[in-house]
Formats: sequence, structure tokens, C-alpha cells
Amino acid sequence: MPMGLFWFLAVVTVIASLGVILQRNPVHCLLSLVVTLLAIAVIFIGEDAVVVGFLQAIVYAGAIMVLFLFVIWLLNIGADTGPSGHLALKFFGGVAAAALIAELLIFLLPPHLKVKFAGHSATYGSIESLARTLFSQYIVAFEITSILLLIAIVGAVALARRGPGSQLAKSASGSAPAERVL
Amino acid sequence: MIDLLIGAIKAILIIFLALNLAAILLWFERKGSALIQDRVGANRANITGFGKRLGLPNVGFVNTLMADPLKLFTKEDFVPQDADKFIHALGPFLALFPVLITFAVVPFGNEIRIAGRTINLQAAPINAAALYILATIGIGVYGVALGGWASNNRWALLGAIRATAQMISYEIAMGLAIIAVVVTYGTLDLQAICHAQGGVWFGWLPRWGVFVQPLSFILLLTAGMAESKRVPFDLPESESELIAGYYLEYSGGKQAAFMLTDFAEIVLVSALAVTFFFGGWQIPWLAANGFHLPGGAFIAVNPLVVSIFGIIAFFVKVVIFCWIQILVRWTLPRFRYDQLMKLGWKGLVPLGLANLLVTALVVVLTQGTV
Amino acid sequence: MVPLPYMMALSAIVFVIGVAGFITRRNILIMFMSVELMLNAVNLAFIGLASRLGTMDGQVIVFFVMTVAAAEAAVGLAIIISVFRNRETVRADELNLLKW
Repeated sequence: MPMGLFWFLAVVTVIASLGVILQRNPVHCLLSLVVTLLAIAVIFIGEDAVVVGFLQAIVYAGAIMVLFLFVIWLLNIGADTGPSGHLALKFFGGVAAAALIAELLIFLLPPHLKVKFAGHSATYGSIESLARTLFSQYIVAFEITSILLLIAIVGAVALARRGPGSQLAKSASGSAPAERVL
Repeated sequence: MIDLLIGAIKAILIIFLALNLAAILLWFERKGSALIQDRVGANRANITGFGKRLGLPNVGFVNTLMADPLKLFTKEDFVPQDADKFIHALGPFLALFPVLITFAVVPFGNEIRIAGRTINLQAAPINAAALYILATIGIGVYGVALGGWASNNRWALLGAIRATAQMISYEIAMGLAIIAVVVTYGTLDLQAICHAQGGVWFGWLPRWGVFVQPLSFILLLTAGMAESKRVPFDLPESESELIAGYYLEYSGGKQAAFMLTDFAEIVLVSALAVTFFFGGWQIPWLAANGFHLPGGAFIAVNPLVVSIFGIIAFFVKVVIFCWIQILVRWTLPRFRYDQLMKLGWKGLVPLGLANLLVTALVVVLTQGTV
Repeated sequence: MVPLPYMMALSAIVFVIGVAGFITRRNILIMFMSVELMLNAVNLAFIGLASRLGTMDGQVIVFFVMTVAAAEAAVGLAIIISVFRNRETVRADELNLLKW
């Protein structure tokens, strides 16, 4: 990957992730997160992890974020109004973040990080090599993950159902219909 | 450097052709629907009576191709009160952009050999092109969703919610159809899939994908029409109920962008159906050096001319599929929303999975010799 | 190839932005998005190292992280919806029934 492209993507990623945590309106935060995810997907593709990069765009940016968007609509969450947390919280949050970044940058860069570089073949990151590794070495984890997804679907449906004596019955008579979308 | 230039020319060319085809489709749709509904269609606008003086019938070109776009682009562009201005402006472009960039991986011809250089007639020769298509279709959901939400209008939001739920449901059916084709041909690269559809079976039947994967073809066409929210799946837009659904509060150029998305997606679905199932740019019995007719006759043709025939054949096939989609639009009534969701989840997804299972079994049992 | 320090530094920066967002923001959905940021930062580190070590194990791990993140997002959002239905709020400060 040319260095200029990497710098561009890195700057986009950092600015978009700052946008996620700093903006007031949740939908703006979501859009910033989508930009971050797509920039990271392009970095993946540039690092020869082609299939995983496209999967990131399809699964993460295309499906999970739409799920987030649906929940934001369902709960009709507007821009953050009201008090936005103690000043002490922000200060100590900033201090903790600064300490963490300093520590990570010490330990993740040389000379602490020792990596034995090896080359990779032309078919690295292609769907054949991913499938070969996934279905031979990691087959047990694969099967367990599929069961995990099934459990997650069933659990999500069960948790989000409206019970018979729920708030909906009480609020249907009281609040105006424009307050909730669904 | 020259490679970059060639790549840029290919990209500009394919976008130009796709956008022009989308604009011409507007005329196609108007006159085609008029033909189906036994009426005349738009035929009044003319420029200083030019065509009438020459005795030519007015086929509505000026109406549809000049007056309509001019009207759309010169209308006032307003943003509703209390709407989110940035996202309101972003919506149409987030809807249009993914559809247009998907055309980069569609191969519109075989390679051309000019001046000792072989040019692959595909704007972006990606190895994992089928995954790229699924990724860009997934991103296309955001334009609709945010366009409807940013309008600060509860009916636009309702249309946006319906549209988003419909699009993500039918993406799965489309993905399963594409994956079945990928398993059949053993590659994700679209140009390789087109190459594999050359040759003949039994001496006369062209090796097109539709003969190997007929169910997948029907799934792709149906799911594609649902993705582009065309009738019979156009409840998100429902022109008689929600007026325009998610693009209700848009006017002028932004509405033109949404409409262009609709037509560009028709062209895209046709292009994908042609590439995966009808041989792409392959003409039956035409190999790189000439016609190999069944019965043994051989007509030698210059390879450059073969490539040009391939490009023309691709566009003719795309136009035929666009016409099929227009025909379906003006024939079927609209589905109710629960019928639509049932068809997607309880109809197309199980069919797609069963198709994939059978395809995988057959490929393994015959060791990939299709 | 991009030099490894740059890739790891990017991963660390995105991770710390996620941590900062998780600590300072009080809206549960934005806290959730910060968690997704942290997961993505880790994915970035995995891919960068796998590409330089020449093995596919890192990519398989990223595949699993993505899948588990999807499952976790589904369940977590369902929990947020139930909490919202009962308490009418999405601010983490106001969910203080267990505080003594």
C-alpha cells in the first residue's frame, strides 16, 4: 500500500473516530462510525487481507450499523440535551486516555515489539487460503460461533419483545402518537 | 503512468455509459409503459416545431430527455424546517454513489490488444469482485435511510424504515444467489466467470450460467428488483400512498439524484444478471478468432472486431434485461408490506439456501467439472 | 509495506479514542459505538501483524471477532431496548437502581 494512501486513510480514521465520541447527535456519531469502519476496511484490503476487508464492509458497515440506526429510530433518541456529565469525569477520562496512549505507544513500537517478518505468497488473503485455514484448523471455533449467532438471535428476539402487561399498553392511551415511531 | 490513464479512461467510459443508459431508460420506461397500457405517452414537447415540420412523429425525446431533466435541475432546492441540513444534502449522494461505483467491476468486454498492450475491459479488475458488489449494495442502504430520516417528516421516516428493512432483507437473497454462482464457477472474479461461459455443450448449447443455475437467476432478478425498490416491491415509495416515501422532502437536483439511483440500479441489476447468467460479453459460438458454428463451419474474424462485437452484445443484453424489468413493473400490482417481507425471508432465503446446498453437493461430486 | 510502527500506532490511537469515548459519554448507544471502535482497533492490529508474519491465523481471528461483535451488538441493543422500555432513558447516569 503506498504510504500516501495509508496516511490519508489513517487521518480519515482518526478524525472519524474523534467524530464518533465528540458529536452530540447519535445519528452523526453513527455516520462517523460508518466512515471509520469503511476506512479500516480499505486499510485491510491494502494489507492484502482482501476478503476480510470486504467482509468488514459487508457485515460491520452494512449490517451492524444499520441495526444501530434502527434502534436509534425505534427509541427516538435525539441530540444529547441536558447536563453532559461531571467535569471531573471528563478530566479523569482524559487523563486515563492520555496515560493509556502513552503506555500503548511505548509497548507497541520497537524496541519493545519484536516481530519476525516473513513474506507471504500471492494467494495470501484470498478466499481459498482463508477458507482452508478456517475449515481445517479453526473448525471447532467456527461451529461454536454459528451456535453463538443462533443464541444471539433468539436472545435478541426474546429480550426485545413486548410483554402483555408492558409500558406500551399504559402509554398508548397517554402519550401523543408522534412521540414514538414504532 | 500509462496504466493509470487507461484505467481512468475505462472508469470514465463505463460511468458515462451507465449514466446515459439510465437517462435513456427514463424514456424507455415512459414509452414502454405507454405501449403496455395502450396509450401514447409523452409526445407534446418540441423545439420550435422542428420535428413536426419534417413530418417526423414525436416520440417524446424532447419531453423526457431534455425538458424533464432541465425542469428537475432548475427547481428550487429547499431544506425542510428543523431538518438536519448536512444529512439532508448527503442523502441523495449516499444513495447514488454506491450504485455507480459497482459498475467498476462489471466486465463489458473481452480484452483488447492495441499497440502491443492488452487492456482488460473491466474498469477495476479485482480478484474478489463478487464480494465488492455485495459490499457496495450494503452501503447503498444508508442513502435511503438517512434521506428519509433527515427530512423531519414522519411519513418520509416511515418510508425510509420500510425501505431499509426491505433492502437489508433482500440483500441476503441476492448474496445467496451470487454465492451459488461463485461456487459453480469456483472464482469470485467476474471477468473469469464471463470467460468460463464461452464454449458450447453438446455442440450447440452455449455454456451460459442460466442453464446451470436457473433458480439462482430468478432469485437474483427478484432480489435485484426488490433492492432497487421497483414495483412490485415499491411500497417504500408507494406513489399513491406515501407520495414519494423517503424522498418526499426533496426537490430539484437531489430528487433527480434519487430518481437516477432508481434507474442506475435497474441497469446494474441487468448488468449483473447478464454477467453471471447470460455470458456477459460472450456471443454464442464466437470465440476469440472467429465463429465456430455448430455443424463445423468456421468464419474467421479479426480479434479486435470480436472484442467490439462483445461490447455491443453486452449492451444489447443489458437493454433486454432493462426492458424485462420495465415489463414486470407495469404488469404486476404492488405487494403489501407483510407479503413482501414474507417473500423475502420465508420464500427467497430458504430457496437460496437450498439452491446453494444442491450446488455445493453437485460441485463436490463432479469435482468441479461443470 | 507500511512500516509496522505506523500500523500499531494507528491501532493504539483508535483504541484509546474508543476508551475515552466509553468513559466520558453517558449516552448508552454512543458508549456501545465506542466499544465497536475498540474492537475495530484490535482488528487492525491483528491484520497488520498477520500480514507481516505471513500467516492466515490473524485474519481468521478477525473473522471471529467480527462475528462475535455482530452477535454482541444484537443482544446488547435488545437489552438497551428493554431498559428503555422500562426506564424511559438512555443515559447511563440515570440507571442507578443498584446504587446504595
